[in-house]
Amino acid sequence: MQAETEHDRSFTQIVRKPQALVAAARNNVELWANLLIIGWALGFMLWQGVGFAITVGTVFAIWAILSVSLNLVVGFTGLLSVGHVGFFGIGAYTVAILTSDAKYEQLRTEAIPTFGWPFFAALPLGVLLAGIVAIAVGVVFNRFRDDIYVLVSFGFAIISFNVFLNWRNLTRGAFGIHEIPRPAVGSWVLDRELEFLIFALALLGLIMLLSWLIVTSSFGRVLTAIREDEQAIAVFGYRTTHYKLAVWTISAMMAGLAGGLFASWTRFVDPNSFILLESMLLVAIVILGGLATIWGSLLGAMAFVLLEEGMRFLPFLPAIHIGQARLVVLGILLVLLMLFRPQGLVGRYRL
Amino acid sequence: MDTPQESNQPQIPNPPPVADTQGKAVHDGPILELSGISVHYGAVIALNDVSLGVRRGEVVAVMGPNGAGKSTVLKAIMGLAPVVAGEVFWRKAPLAAATHEIVKEGIAFVPQGRRVFTHLTIEENLEMGCLHLKDKAEKQRRLDGVMRIFPILQSKRGDLASAMSGGQQQMLALGRGLMAAPDVLLLDEPTLGLAPIVVKEVFDKVSEISDELKTTIMIVEHNIKGVLDIVDRAHVLDKGRIVFTGTPNAIRSSDILTHVFLGKSGAS
Ligand SMILES: Nc1ncnc2c1ncn2[C@@H]1O[C@H](COP(=O)(O)OP(=O)(O)OP(=O)(O)O)[C@@H](O)[C@H]1O
Ligand SMILES: [Mg+2]
Repeated sequence: MQAETEHDRSFTQIVRKPQALVAAARNNVELWANLLIIGWALGFMLWQGVGFAITVGTVFAIWAILSVSLNLVVGFTGLLSVGHVGFFGIGAYTVAILTSDAKYEQLRTEAIPTFGWPFFAALPLGVLLAGIVAIAVGVVFNRFRDDIYVLVSFGFAIISFNVFLNWRNLTRGAFGIHEIPRPAVGSWVLDRELEFLIFALALLGLIMLLSWLIVTSSFGRVLTAIREDEQAIAVFGYRTTHYKLAVWTISAMMAGLAGGLFASWTRFVDPNSFILLESMLLVAIVILGGLATIWGSLLGAMAFVLLEEGMRFLPFLPAIHIGQARLVVLGILLVLLMLFRPQGLVGRYRL
Repeated sequence: MDTPQESNQPQIPNPPPVADTQGKAVHDGPILELSGISVHYGAVIALNDVSLGVRRGEVVAVMGPNGAGKSTVLKAIMGLAPVVAGEVFWRKAPLAAATHEIVKEGIAFVPQGRRVFTHLTIEENLEMGCLHLKDKAEKQRRLDGVMRIFPILQSKRGDLASAMSGGQQQMLALGRGLMAAPDVLLLDEPTLGLAPIVVKEVFDKVSEISDELKTTIMIVEHNIKGVLDIVDRAHVLDKGRIVFTGTPNAIRSSDILTHVFLGKSGAS
């Protein structure tokens, strides 16, 4: 991993030589990336109208919570994990199972017990459960070298998907869980899309704040040191496995939160939302935005969501091919990015 | 067999006595000692029955050609090498095995290649050296002490370590080690890849640390001429074995280094 210092060009230089401004702007990929994506988002909103923007915004908030939290592990600590979707699923299923009040007898499919908990009681439990599973999994993971981590996390993603699919008297398997209510405070139900968007953005803000506090703390500095040279830091008395376990668990709990949010937003969950591919996309978003930058993860998530939603409007693309098309485009983008800008849109580090 | 008599004998008679802060003679047996250490990396025998030690207040060099096992000596002490036989003694008791516990015992390690944290500032790098120190005043005292020895760190304290030259990074690595206020400092090739003038500066700093802080130092070096000027004793390693132990003068007047480095004769 190398530091990029070329963007720290002095301002005075530009003032003295105006033509340098053009050169500086051309070289300032970060600035262009920011302008492009924010401009794209605004343009999209104007074009498609507010209703659509609210949907895109909510999807963005959920992906952004996931990517910011994954960046804590992948970017800031240097542990490549493709298991994040498992914790996302645990949060989603916990909220789904505890809050759903579906009448399955009428649906004539498998029935599972319903609890009818309020969202705000189920969400903390989902977060907690994701954390507990993360500790259990992390203790096992810590026995492996960092380069094996990715394989083990791959295994975790596969296993959690199969649990969601096959533990049928808890999750209803492929039938999924219906009638998940929206969050409610007393009699005030967040059932308007705008209200939910604001709620989701507020949670995203909370996660960003928390992440920022973590990475700027002395704990965060140890994570940086672990990413750079785990042995060198162990020599100074740091039990690096504890630090890795801690950040892994925190990150998983954030993913659990995103899961709960997602379940309540879509009001229906089934295992298809928690396949390994989603985890891969998430890793791609983190790399695309830039490792070890919170803002980069926001940009990455925004670019991804715009790309995904934007493709719906390509006139020549039949609807059934949108799924594949977005993957192809994302794949091409990633390859191009790794060729020309390996540190991501606004990142400083390479993988 | 033309290897000198002292080979495989870690103890050497009559080391120059040095007074410590209490004014009493300090050479009272090794503070840190390897006894019969063997290290195997799979089929590679990196160390074979190595015994050597450093006494309190001493500066001791570990020398030898590439791949002789010098770094492995330090790694064995730090619990970073697969030791298959032998024991490391610290203050006459077996040393705890876990790497992260060793710094608390009073041993700090400055690894080969400096390995500073390039994405942290100089001050943050230094603070990494004293994890268990909760006392803010003491931390500041140590920072001041390190900055006094290395003024360059003072003037650049807020800069990223990646912005420093190799020599400055080496000073930072030394400073980071000193932040642990160790009794023993283990240095692995602190002059590797540095310009001659910087090499001299590093050796001067090592002497300064020894003289002023009374830190015991074990230094692995390639630069034989330079290091022999600053050490009390030296161990010569070759192919994972100790082939000579003696004072700098004893080493200079023997032909052991010619044997080992130029391979004129099979030194054991
Ligand atoms: N992690 C490892 N895995 C396998 N073999 C190793 C490992 N580390 C060291 N070795 C081998 O052990 C032997 C001693 O290595 P060591 O690093 O101690 O040598 P050195 O004297 O420090 O050499 P240099 O001057 O190159 O630093 C070498 O043959 C080396 O190849
Ligand atoms: Mg070495």
